[in-house]
Amino acid sequence: MKVKALPLITVRLQIVALLMLGLLLSACDDKPEEEKGFAGLADDASSYAQVTPGKRFEFPDDHGPHADFRIEWWYVTANLKDADGQSFGVQWTLFRNALPRAKGLQGDGAGWSNRNLWMGHAAVTSQDEHFAAERYARGGVQQAGVTLAPFAAWIDDWSFTSQSASDDPLADIQLQASGPQFNYRLRLKATKPLVLQGKQGFSQKSEQGQASYYYSQPFFQADGSIEIDGKTYQVSGPAWLDREWSSQPLTDNQTGWDWFSLHLGDGAEVMLYRMRQKDGEPYLTGTWINADGSTEQLAAADIALAPEDTTDVEGRDMPTRWSVKIPSKAVDIAVEALNPQAWMNLQIPYWEGPVTISGSHEGVGYLEMTGY
Amino acid sequence: MPVFYWTLKALLSHWRRHPVQFFSVLTGLWLATSLLTGVQALNSQARESYAKASQMIGGDPQKILVSPNGANFSQDLFVTLRRAGWPVSPALRGRVTLKEAPEQRLTVLGIEPVSLPVNTALAGQSLDTAQIVDFFTPPGTTWISPQTLAALGLHEGQQPVTDSGKVLPPLRAKTDMAPGVLLMDIGFAQQLLNQPDQISRLVLPKDFADNAPALPAELNGELVLRKSGEDNDLGRLTESFHLNLDALGFLSFVVGLFIVHAAIGLALEQRRGLLRNLRACGVSARGLMVSLVVELGVLALLGGIAGVISGYWLASALLPDVAASLRGLYGAEVAGHLNLSVWWWLSGLGVSLLGAFLAGASSLLRAARLPLLALANAQAWHETHSKWLRRQGWVAGISALIAISAALFGDSLALGFVLMASLLLSAALGLPVLLNLLLDALLGRSRSVLGQWFLADCRQQLPALSLALMALLLAMAANIGAGSMTSGFRQTFTHWLEQRLSAELYINPQNPAQAAPLQQWLSQQPLTSAVLPNWQVSLQLKGWPAELYGVIDHPHYRQHWPLLESASGDAWKQLAQEDTLMLSEQLARRLDVSVGDEVKLPAPDGPWPLRVVGIYADYGNPKGHVLVNAEHLLKHWPQLTPNRFNLRIDPRAIPQLLRVLHNKFTIDDNRIVDQIQLKAWSQQVFERTFAATAALNSLTLMVAGVALFISLLTQSQSRLAQLAPLWALGVTRQQLMLLNLAQTWLLAVLTLVLAIPLGLLLAWCLDAVINVQAFGWRLPLQVFPMQLVRLTLLAMLATLLASAWPLYRLYRTRPADLLRTFANEG
Repeated sequence: MKVKALPLITVRLQIVALLMLGLLLSACDDKPEEEKGFAGLADDASSYAQVTPGKRFEFPDDHGPHADFRIEWWYVTANLKDADGQSFGVQWTLFRNALPRAKGLQGDGAGWSNRNLWMGHAAVTSQDEHFAAERYARGGVQQAGVTLAPFAAWIDDWSFTSQSASDDPLADIQLQASGPQFNYRLRLKATKPLVLQGKQGFSQKSEQGQASYYYSQPFFQADGSIEIDGKTYQVSGPAWLDREWSSQPLTDNQTGWDWFSLHLGDGAEVMLYRMRQKDGEPYLTGTWINADGSTEQLAAADIALAPEDTTDVEGRDMPTRWSVKIPSKAVDIAVEALNPQAWMNLQIPYWEGPVTISGSHEGVGYLEMTGY
Repeated sequence: MPVFYWTLKALLSHWRRHPVQFFSVLTGLWLATSLLTGVQALNSQARESYAKASQMIGGDPQKILVSPNGANFSQDLFVTLRRAGWPVSPALRGRVTLKEAPEQRLTVLGIEPVSLPVNTALAGQSLDTAQIVDFFTPPGTTWISPQTLAALGLHEGQQPVTDSGKVLPPLRAKTDMAPGVLLMDIGFAQQLLNQPDQISRLVLPKDFADNAPALPAELNGELVLRKSGEDNDLGRLTESFHLNLDALGFLSFVVGLFIVHAAIGLALEQRRGLLRNLRACGVSARGLMVSLVVELGVLALLGGIAGVISGYWLASALLPDVAASLRGLYGAEVAGHLNLSVWWWLSGLGVSLLGAFLAGASSLLRAARLPLLALANAQAWHETHSKWLRRQGWVAGISALIAISAALFGDSLALGFVLMASLLLSAALGLPVLLNLLLDALLGRSRSVLGQWFLADCRQQLPALSLALMALLLAMAANIGAGSMTSGFRQTFTHWLEQRLSAELYINPQNPAQAAPLQQWLSQQPLTSAVLPNWQVSLQLKGWPAELYGVIDHPHYRQHWPLLESASGDAWKQLAQEDTLMLSEQLARRLDVSVGDEVKLPAPDGPWPLRVVGIYADYGNPKGHVLVNAEHLLKHWPQLTPNRFNLRIDPRAIPQLLRVLHNKFTIDDNRIVDQIQLKAWSQQVFERTFAATAALNSLTLMVAGVALFISLLTQSQSRLAQLAPLWALGVTRQQLMLLNLAQTWLLAVLTLVLAIPLGLLLAWCLDAVINVQAFGWRLPLQVFPMQLVRLTLLAMLATLLASAWPLYRLYRTRPADLLRTFANEG
């Protein structure tokens, strides 16, 4: 789900261009109920479209940007192994943030007056190394963007580009990014259908009704090469795409989250997250994805999630070993960071890295932790 | 302590009785300090402005990618490079004039803050996200330096309008902005400058550029990496300008110190008796010296304070002219408001202290060696004068030798100044020797008693007046030299401008795509006798910025492009047919090439060797200028399009042509320049350039006048002893006054007569040495007799004014005072 940019603003005032909107719209936080009442009113040019239940997803159109929403991302993680069995993680993210429209203006604006700001994050992780990089760009001049036909998402020389000849642009994807000490080129292929998260793609973030539209492709198979510090590795393994868009910031009360995407060895997949609250219990939810792509929503009562061990990361106590239990699915596993120091030391810092699974199930996955 | 107190009090009482001497010391220190610190304030202000201009983005001078001819290029190249992994950020530069301030052209700099490396400082300030978003979100922000904002008479938050009716984003004052620059988001800049989707440069992060990556193949030839930004060159280009100012300031400093030296020397002479008494009363030699040093220090501090205050005032008064010169000559923007550090004020006081001790050193030395029991002998100094003169003659001779060797072997600006300084020094020191000889010669020929007394007494006055006369000589020579150089330059420049600016109209296409249709259309117009396209490439030759121009083979150039030197045969034919070039005089000197030599130009496909077939004057251009044949140029730079068309057209057809041109092509007004405009502009630049020089020059003459006045005044008191016997012999006070005036005038006239050849020699130095070394062009030496006469009359008037008050005092001397001198002798 990864609504990462939003709460960070209220949590630690780590401001980046993209996150300005959080401040600009902070007024919305106070009156979420009223907001709902006005949702989707297109005639008020300065407001954004709102997330409401019951949306029908249309593909491939929904792969493209949703200009009326404030924030949106294309988020890829991959758990890779080389021929020697060495494990790696790769992350590739493109964020779109729309600034408020100037009074009386319609649309996004042409050229430099385009209201979209784009941000890219990329990282590679091995057992003892972790490198991250970021990119920023303004919309309107083709430095960054997402196009539908042919499908491509890019910022500078980082790209997520369809190579597919079929109707499904996500069937075959070329993914690449680079930083000062790393680069990677991966080919992502998927045969199974997309997965709508939450209630038919309506993914709730709090009891107050904060929500996003959220779908995933958890069944990618990645193949390609990673270069770290001048050494190249031929790698392959499962990859996961998240697509999410929304206009609502999270509540002041929410301090951060812990998000898991898990590839279980038997072909099933699990997505779960908990939003931590200043007072009271975290908001916990998830999705069980069967090997055939069918899903079941997991409620808080279905999941037992607890940190088991912490590591000192950049002066913070980060939980890098977790216990995850889903009794209804006979899941009782330990989830442990491949590299506990997978700190994304960027303008918006957070922890993101590959994890290994042991216990009732074996497997790999990705963990993201913010607000620590 | 009480001893020290009473000693100091006794010493200081002298100044109370001789306020004129007191004020002469102060005036000397004041003049010396104020001119030097004033000039230094101007220079440091200018240099700070250059630094700000080159450090506006990222703090360091940037490495940039530009098109080979410096023209704007498509923003698509930015995207292409970004998508190839180059961390470039686009910028657009242009000029606008605001309706609110139509006389000042401002530089618009459009930048893109998001693609700049994270934490890049803009005008010395790191932006947080809120500020970045504010910067480009409509209505945006225009950053401007507080000085420029004040100079334009605008205030923060205002949205001024350009002369083409475009509205600026609201103004915001930022302390570290370079003067004359409007910094805004590139989106607003493109609209404001009517350059949609165009950029003029791509900024590269330093660490990336240092690895010198190769451009993507498809961009090779379209963009070039510039090692140092244009702004960075400003320091080098303007170096000689500032050095000239420094030299003028230093000259005034020396003249001021002459005054101090004279006044302190006299004060010591008059206090010999006092010093002897103090010593006899038991004040130790050491205590006396300390008191004298403290006294001098206090005087220096007072003079220094007055000096830096008026230096500040002087600099503020001259700054607009200096700023205009720098803008006109080099395109350099200098803030119009002085902004000086504490360090400047302190260094001004330091200079005054140093100057005072330099000027007073010999007097202090003499006081230290004062024999305790020697009789007070006011004539002792005068008796040793002939020994002094001989010594001075030797120093003058050695200086002259240094000057001659500097003239013969000098090849740098520094040696040029050594030449000038030693020339002036030798002339100044030689002056009393020469005057002494002249008076001796005249004395031998004089038969009348009064005449003999007149000349002998003149010679007697020489030691006391010599320093003032030296100052007069230097000031007069400097004025003649600078005046002759300026007038000569004006004449040469105007003549050259007439010849060179022979096309009636100059049109710059708005963008490369416009060039071809524009050329075709222009050549079809009636009453147009020639369309001369120019292709332009910006280069660096041996680190010196130069512009390479491609021209077609046309008879126009033969007629209107005078060559200083050319290859044998038809140089223009050789330029058209062979791999040859012509270059400007200053560039030829920088590269140390002459006709027949080979010059290698850095073309994209490797060095391009060309033979020099002509050298031409290019006055006033700080950059190098190279001409090659356009066809040859385009073989090496195939993507170039003409960036200017020079039009030979019947002047009557111009208004009609412009009307149709505006209808058919969108071209901004500032891209079309007619000859009259260009000439007027060039002349104006020229005049403004020398305005500051002329002002400083008149000041040196003033300083000399003051020096003379003070010398005459200080010696008028001691003159009574010489004049009283004549009065007793029956010469009336009126006659005495006239005799005195005649003496002063005789000395002044002799000095001025000597100043004329010295001034002309100085003019030659400026024309043939300093100009060549500083700017790269040599000027023919021209003598302007009327100017000499005018200056001489002015100097005579200064002498008259300087001697008026002392003479008036002499005239009003009571007979009792004259009688008292005899009483003293007893």
